[in-house]
Amino acid sequence: MNTNSNTYTIIYTTVLVVVVAAILAIVATALKPRQTANIELEQMKSIMLSANVGESGGQPDKKADFKKLYDQHITEAYAIDAKGNKVAGVDAFKVDLKSQYEAIKNGGNLTLPVYKCKLDDGKTVTILPCYGAGLWGAIWGYLSVEPDGQTIHGAYFSHASETPGLGGEIAEPWFYNQFDGSKLQDAAGAFSSVKIVKGGANGNPNGVDAISGATITSRSLENTIAAWMDYYKLILGE
Amino acid sequence: MDKETYLKPLFKGNPITVLVLGICSSLAVTVQLKGALVMALSVTLVTAFSSLFISLLRNTIPNRVRIIVQLVVVAMFVILIDQALKAFSYDTSKMLSVYIGLIITNCIIMGRIEAFALGNKPWPSFVDGAFNGLGYGMILIIVAFFRELFGSGTLLGFQIIPESWYIANGGWYANNGLMILPPMALILLGCVVWVHRSIDKELQEQ
Repeated sequence: MNTNSNTYTIIYTTVLVVVVAAILAIVATALKPRQTANIELEQMKSIMLSANVGESGGQPDKKADFKKLYDQHITEAYAIDAKGNKVAGVDAFKVDLKSQYEAIKNGGNLTLPVYKCKLDDGKTVTILPCYGAGLWGAIWGYLSVEPDGQTIHGAYFSHASETPGLGGEIAEPWFYNQFDGSKLQDAAGAFSSVKIVKGGANGNPNGVDAISGATITSRSLENTIAAWMDYYKLILGE
Repeated sequence: MDKETYLKPLFKGNPITVLVLGICSSLAVTVQLKGALVMALSVTLVTAFSSLFISLLRNTIPNRVRIIVQLVVVAMFVILIDQALKAFSYDTSKMLSVYIGLIITNCIIMGRIEAFALGNKPWPSFVDGAFNGLGYGMILIIVAFFRELFGSGTLLGFQIIPESWYIANGGWYANNGLMILPPMALILLGCVVWVHRSIDKELQEQ
C-alpha cells in the first residue's frame, strides 16, 4: 500500500486523532470526580488553616482530615454583595474567586464568600477569602478575623507560580503566621487593612514583615487583601 | 538486543549530560527530591510507551506527517499522566504544575522516537525509551538530592540536618538560599557533567 498518498495520509491522521480523542475523553470523564474532590479538599484545607485549625505548632498537620474539620467547624457560609448585604441562593464554597477579583477590578455584581468558623474554645471567627495578581500569576488566601472585627486570628496564602524561595514564601507558615494577632486598625483607631512592610513592621500591630527579595509579591498581596477588605469591613464586628 | 541498549542511555549516551537534551525541565523540577522522582517516573513512562506505540505503527505512518503523528501519541501519554496525577497525587501535581504538560516538548522523547523507534522493533524500542527516561531521571535525582539537602535541609520532606544546628535555634548553620533557585541547578548540572567526563575519558573533547 502506498503510505504516502494524500487519501491515506488524511484517513490515517483522522482515525488516529479520533481514537486518541476518545481515549482522553473517557479517561478525563472517569477521573473528573476524584479531581474535583481533590480541589475541594484543598480549598477546605486552606480555609481551616487560615483559622489555625488543623495546625500543630504553627505547621499544617499532615495527618489532619480537613474535610472532617471543615464540616465540624464551619457553621455558616454565605456571600455578600458590594454593600455588605447577604446574597440569597449562592453557595459560597462554589464561588469562583477569580471571577470576583475581576468583578472588583472592573465593576460588576459581587458575591464575596464569607465563612463563620466555630473554634474549639467556642469563639466564632469570620473567614474571608481574597484573590489577586502576584508577580507571575495568581495569589490567593484566607484571613480569619476575631469577633471584635479588628484583630486577625489567622491567615493562609497560596500562589500559582511565584518564585520559589522568594515570593513563594507567602505560602510558608513563617510568613502567614505573622498575621496572627495583627490589627485591622491604624494608630488613630480607624479601619486599615494589614500593611506588609518592607524592612519589617517593628512592632506596629497594623503591619507584618515583607519578604526580602519579593517586593512585588509582598506589595501585590497587601493590595489584594486591601481590595477585598474594602467590602468585608462593612460586615466585620457584627 | 545487546547490553548497549540498556547501558548507553544511562552513561555513554545519557540524554542530559552527553546529548544535552531536557535541560529546561531538569532545572525546574529539581528543587525537591519528590518532584524529581515523580518527574523521572513520568518521563520514563512517556518515553517507553510512546516509543513502543510508534514502533508498532512504524510501517503504517505516512512519512510526510510522521512528526505530527509522533506528537499526537506523545501528547496523549502526557495528558494521561497529568490527569492521573491530578486525580491520585494532587500535591505532586500542584508542585510540578506546568512541567508535566511540558514533557511533550522534552527533546528526549521525540529524539528517541525519530532516532530509534521508527527503525526498530517494538520491544527494543520500548527498552530504549525506558532507559533513556531512566538516564534522564537519574541525573534529575542526583541534582535534586543536593538541592533539597542543602537548600531546605530535608530529603523527601524529612528533616536531615538537625534543627538545633540552625542559627534560628542558636546553632551555626543556614540553608543555602541559592540552592533553591534555578541557576544553582545549572551549576550542579555542570558539576555532574564534569564528574561524568573525568570518569569516562572517551567523552572528553580534544
